[in-house]
Amino acid sequence: MPDRSFAPSRILIYLAVSLIAAAWLAPLVVVVLNSLRSNEEIAQGSMIGWPQQWAWSNYAAAWSGFCVAETCAGIRPYMLNSALVTIPATIFSTLLGAIAGYAVSLWRFRGDNWIYGIVTLGLFLPQQMRLLPWTIVLRDIGLINTLTGLVLIHTIQGLSFTTLFCRNYYVAIPHELIRAARIDGAGFFRIFWRIILPLSGPILIVTVIWQFTHIWNEFLYGVTFTTGQQQPVTAALIALSAAVADIPQHGVQSAAVIIAALPTLLIYLLGGKYFVRGLTAGAVK
Amino acid sequence: MTSAVLTRPGRSAATELVRRLPEYLMIWVPLLLSAAHLVSFSLWTLWISFTPSTLVPVSGWVGLRNYTAVAASRNWQIAFDNLLLFGSAFVLLSAATGLILAILLDQRIRAENVLRSIFLYPLAVSFVVTGTVWSWLLNPGLGIQKLVHDLGWTSFKFDWLIDRDMAIWTIVIAAIWQSSGFAMALFLAGLRSVDADIIKAAQIDGAGAVRIYRRIILPSLWPITITVVVIQLQFAISTFDLVRALTNGGPGIATQLPALVVYDLMFQRSLLGRGAAAAVLMLLILLAVLLPYAAWRYIQRRRANHA
Amino acid sequence: MAALSIRALSKRYANLEVLKGIDLDIESGEFTVLVGPSGCGKSTLLNIVAGLDHPSAGTVEIGGRVVNDVAPKDRDIAMVFQSYALYPSMTVRQNITFGMECRRVAKAEQEKAVANVAKLLQIEPLLGRKPSQLSGGQRQRVAMGRALVRNPLLFLFDEPLSNLDAKLRVEMRMEIKRLHQRIGATIVYVTHDQIEAMTMATRIAVMHQGSVQQFADPDTVYRYPANLFVARFMGSPPMNTIPARLEAASDGPVVVVGAGRPDEVRLRLRGYDAAAPFVGREVVFGIRPECIAEGSRTFSSDAPVRVEAPVELVEPTGAETMVLLRLGGEPAMARISPDIRPAPGTSAAFALDTRRICLFDPETERLIA
Repeated sequence: MPDRSFAPSRILIYLAVSLIAAAWLAPLVVVVLNSLRSNEEIAQGSMIGWPQQWAWSNYAAAWSGFCVAETCAGIRPYMLNSALVTIPATIFSTLLGAIAGYAVSLWRFRGDNWIYGIVTLGLFLPQQMRLLPWTIVLRDIGLINTLTGLVLIHTIQGLSFTTLFCRNYYVAIPHELIRAARIDGAGFFRIFWRIILPLSGPILIVTVIWQFTHIWNEFLYGVTFTTGQQQPVTAALIALSAAVADIPQHGVQSAAVIIAALPTLLIYLLGGKYFVRGLTAGAVK
Repeated sequence: MTSAVLTRPGRSAATELVRRLPEYLMIWVPLLLSAAHLVSFSLWTLWISFTPSTLVPVSGWVGLRNYTAVAASRNWQIAFDNLLLFGSAFVLLSAATGLILAILLDQRIRAENVLRSIFLYPLAVSFVVTGTVWSWLLNPGLGIQKLVHDLGWTSFKFDWLIDRDMAIWTIVIAAIWQSSGFAMALFLAGLRSVDADIIKAAQIDGAGAVRIYRRIILPSLWPITITVVVIQLQFAISTFDLVRALTNGGPGIATQLPALVVYDLMFQRSLLGRGAAAAVLMLLILLAVLLPYAAWRYIQRRRANHA
Repeated sequence: MAALSIRALSKRYANLEVLKGIDLDIESGEFTVLVGPSGCGKSTLLNIVAGLDHPSAGTVEIGGRVVNDVAPKDRDIAMVFQSYALYPSMTVRQNITFGMECRRVAKAEQEKAVANVAKLLQIEPLLGRKPSQLSGGQRQRVAMGRALVRNPLLFLFDEPLSNLDAKLRVEMRMEIKRLHQRIGATIVYVTHDQIEAMTMATRIAVMHQGSVQQFADPDTVYRYPANLFVARFMGSPPMNTIPARLEAASDGPVVVVGAGRPDEVRLRLRGYDAAAPFVGREVVFGIRPECIAEGSRTFSSDAPVRVEAPVELVEPTGAETMVLLRLGGEPAMARISPDIRPAPGTSAAFALDTRRICLFDPETERLIA
């Protein structure tokens, strides 16, 4: 907006903004630097400091050498677990949510408002209300302590978000487009595939980023429904810090933290605009 | 002019149903699964909260005994007090931080995009990572206090992490760091959506920048403020990972929060009935926030429709 | 054979009755315009004919076949939408062939059909473009091409011109009419614009509050509006409808406007025998603005009635001068010669063409004569 600012105080504005930005960046910088310092170096000083020797080996150790709860394979298996949960669950929940959002927004059917209303309640219902039932259900269908179980949970729970996102995007598509296609003889799936999906790029990116970030960062289900070698990386990080409480290995731990945070940070850097759009779309429920 | 159109006779209802079965399945199965799990799981947990279940769910009826037991426990009382303190402090401070950041970024400053990315990146990181990192920074023997001591100021004290009275504030700090960017993003969108003509009119009326903010822009932000507050409260009520990674409820049980109590009762003490009761209590706290908000939204919408 | 027959069709949403027992028979080759104000049910009716909406009662027959349970694609229809509804992700060519693709028409045949339609509508250079790269008029053409390529029994147009600017609308109006004359298609065309209805239709169905008020050719609708609604809806400016009294005279009824006033207007009617039962009663007297002209006009007939009336407002449009005057104290619009500009506030002489007067029953609002 033009001339909403007043010139003499612009320096102050820049100063304030830079200081806050520095404070916001500090934790990241500290961890990155620590991940490159040897454990001994950190133990002698504090967690905050410039590396005297670049200890790149921390990353190798964190990735595949480190011991978590009697297994010495680094965080690689847990990263793999997270990927094996996050990627399928993101794809399934996004696709199913897109179809569901398309159905409730552009194809009126009996009870659509009701069922959509209930599904969106899932945005608010605390996970704690579903913990016990999920435990029992997963045990009964033999998926407790499996990655498949986590994929199932995240797919079904993610539907609340993905359906909402896609529905809100699709309601802006003119109904006449659907009518024209129906007269042309296209059915539910052909219209989705040929007309709706080619228009869905932005919302699918938003949804995928949102789901990926959420599922990758999820902790409660991971720690509740899986143990040991089946845990996703968030749960493994907690186990890691418990395991090393006696002999601190902060350099390697920092490297592990960076590795664990890297996928979502990269996605954020690459798709920042869509990431923010997801945040605000989720807010205007 | 063109090929004749193939007109097929109308199909019977049964063949029509069979033909459209795939689309019915694709529409209904995911939606029904999602809706059914939400409803049935909530009712299930509610039911367990009225049973004497311990290690495994059992049938039986104990009325409100689980609730009274949870409410009377020290664990829950501390968790509830902490939630009140953490919830209000975190929500107010993060909304204020977000608003300040948004106003600063709204001054047509250079590198706005870079700065915005910096304030938002914590949202891309898991609470486990945030908690772990802040547990290092705030650890008096490792982090900021140690650094200041090493620099020579040995009387400096910043040991909230191990101070029973102050430990909850470490969670406030980490939570603000993590999610002020979210408030900022919403506020910034609100600031940008103020009608430019209104600003111009105010400038012509002779209003300065400060007055324009105070009298015109900020008053238009209050609906967004309510949204921000409600969403942050919702987050505060269900906070779990952050505390697990930062203090694990300690020192002692000084930073206990309801979500931790639920987990503790369900999976560490195997008191499923009580755990379920605590989960239902969490839901009730959440409803105390969300229902007024929903009512407010409903009234707003009604008013908008009538206008 | 009727191309489209609608029988006792009604539609209700919850408590709202949108269509109340519609009966229409549309012959093959006709250009029927459904016209009415927004909310009159015309678009709902069109959607029901297309099969995009379902009637609450009644039947729809297309080409002699009851199609109530037939899917839109199998009804042998094509539809042009207000927003054109071009598929944004497809090229013009793909937009036109999409229907054939759905019906699995051979590629070679598709090519031929596209070539024909593109030539007919002169959109050959546009075939490779996306809808976003087209102007409003071009989109309109493509939308018509998509309909034409189906060669259906029935074309349905849903306010296809209302998104165009005024100049283009007139051009496209002529083009659609020309197209109809050329291919002799059966068209049902929905609009709220009575000028489109008058200029294009072979028959007009005027709709209001869910029922058809009048279904007739444009001249009849204009000359003999079935009721006051039609009289006031068709024509711009609409017919003057003025409360009056019908009195008896030796050689037929006399319309008296502003009875008892010093400026009372008496109009002798000839050939209005149907009005006889209303003699001595209140009526609504309808006269089109073009039947009130400057005092020197003769209307190429026997001597018109001349009155002296006060002028309130003068609107020169270039092609004519519109005058708001008081006829027996009641406001009325006159359409007079463009170079005559009576001064507001003065009195001027006007000639009334009494052969084209309409009389309505004030109770039922129906046309008497």
